[in-house]
Amino acid sequence: MKKSWIIIAVIVILAIVLYSWVKGTYNHMVTEQERVNKQWSDVENVYQRRADLIPNLVATVKGYATHEKETLEGVINARAKATQTTIDAGNLTAENMAAFQQAQDGLSSALAKLMVVVERYPDLKANQNFLELQAQLEGTENRITVERRKFNEAARMYNTYIKLFPKNILANLFGFDAKPYFEAQAGAETAPKVEF
Amino acid sequence: MTRRLIGKLLFLLLIIIISNRANADIPPRPSPPRLVNDFADILTDQQENNLERKLVAFNDTTSNQITVVTVKSLDGYDPNMYAAEIGLQWKVGQKEFDNGVVVLVKPKYGNERGQVAIQSGYGLEPVITDAITKRIIENEMIPEFKNNNYYGGIDRGVNILMLLAAGEISSKDYAKGSGAAPIATFLPFLIFIIIFILIRASNARSASVGKNIPFWTAMWLGSSMGRSSGSWNGFSGGSSGFGGGGSSFGGFGGGSFGGGGASGSW
Repeated sequence: MKKSWIIIAVIVILAIVLYSWVKGTYNHMVTEQERVNKQWSDVENVYQRRADLIPNLVATVKGYATHEKETLEGVINARAKATQTTIDAGNLTAENMAAFQQAQDGLSSALAKLMVVVERYPDLKANQNFLELQAQLEGTENRITVERRKFNEAARMYNTYIKLFPKNILANLFGFDAKPYFEAQAGAETAPKVEF
Repeated sequence: MTRRLIGKLLFLLLIIIISNRANADIPPRPSPPRLVNDFADILTDQQENNLERKLVAFNDTTSNQITVVTVKSLDGYDPNMYAAEIGLQWKVGQKEFDNGVVVLVKPKYGNERGQVAIQSGYGLEPVITDAITKRIIENEMIPEFKNNNYYGGIDRGVNILMLLAAGEISSKDYAKGSGAAPIATFLPFLIFIIIFILIRASNARSASVGKNIPFWTAMWLGSSMGRSSGSWNGFSGGSSGFGGGGSSFGGFGGGSFGGGGASGSW
């Protein structure tokens, strides 16, 4: 009689401990995931910010650099492609991420090409409007680097949390998947140098 | 249970390793906190104190935190990234407003170019825009730096930044955020005064207190008087603490940065 009571008490205590552990771990995973999602929207915001600068930039450059139709069209096309490729925060997979990065990198290189071409037009380089756009573009590239780094940090924290034993069992059980990272492109570690 | 503990410990260890790696190149948060951190030693003590006093006063009145950092080398970092990293790791600015600004100067040594960057926190990005920081750097700071007048350039830049930042969080906005506290502090005091006046009034009507007021009311009044005077003491203690806080910088507040700003070199 006494023994069975002890067994029941032990089972109850174990159940309480297990419950509180599952609850704590689950809630923490949700919090961390939300942080990653929030950071992802910050990343998309800064990329959008860059895309928003481009029409103005193209219009300004067009006024001076009349012979650079091809380069300008390259920028416009790359921008269109980049703005089409968006990922819902809940749908962050390695493939989606690679597609997103490829589209944005395409825009980066088109812009870099434009900035080289611009060197040939001293009048444009003295234009106050262009100088401001250039400063904004530079600032936006910085923002992209910062937000990407913050995203990778948030993803790393989350991934570390859900991958460690024994939390990985719960993560599998509740369907928490690892988040992909931004991969630094060869030679694109730092913001593209916009030297003038 | 032990597994869970080991897991937690491993996790903690990982965080420590990761955060240590990220911290490697950035100077650690100054302790005691200072707004002017002249690691490259290009300012005299007098100049440092002048700047510090000005920036602390600005922090006290507007809550905007502008920090000036000079370093001998950027360790290969982009100046904007370096400045943003300082802002993020030191947590410059108030947590609820993200209103920090980092002014970073790497002096010119021989053939090595001098570099300067201004990074503004999320909250100040609308008023201290990239284009404006670029203009401040080119028009206010670099001309002075070229003459080796580091103090002059920093001072001129900071003056403009202060004017810009002050427009963002008006004193009204700031009062809205923390306006409830003073009323709560005064409430017991007010009640005490009202009770005191009531007692005075009833005393004036009849010479003796004991006759007109029942015993339990007198007890209640007496006890509440004691309580009120207690909170009065607490209130005066708080105000003296506030007075003391004005003389030195209280520390960085937890603001965040997103990479807004510009840099220049000479």
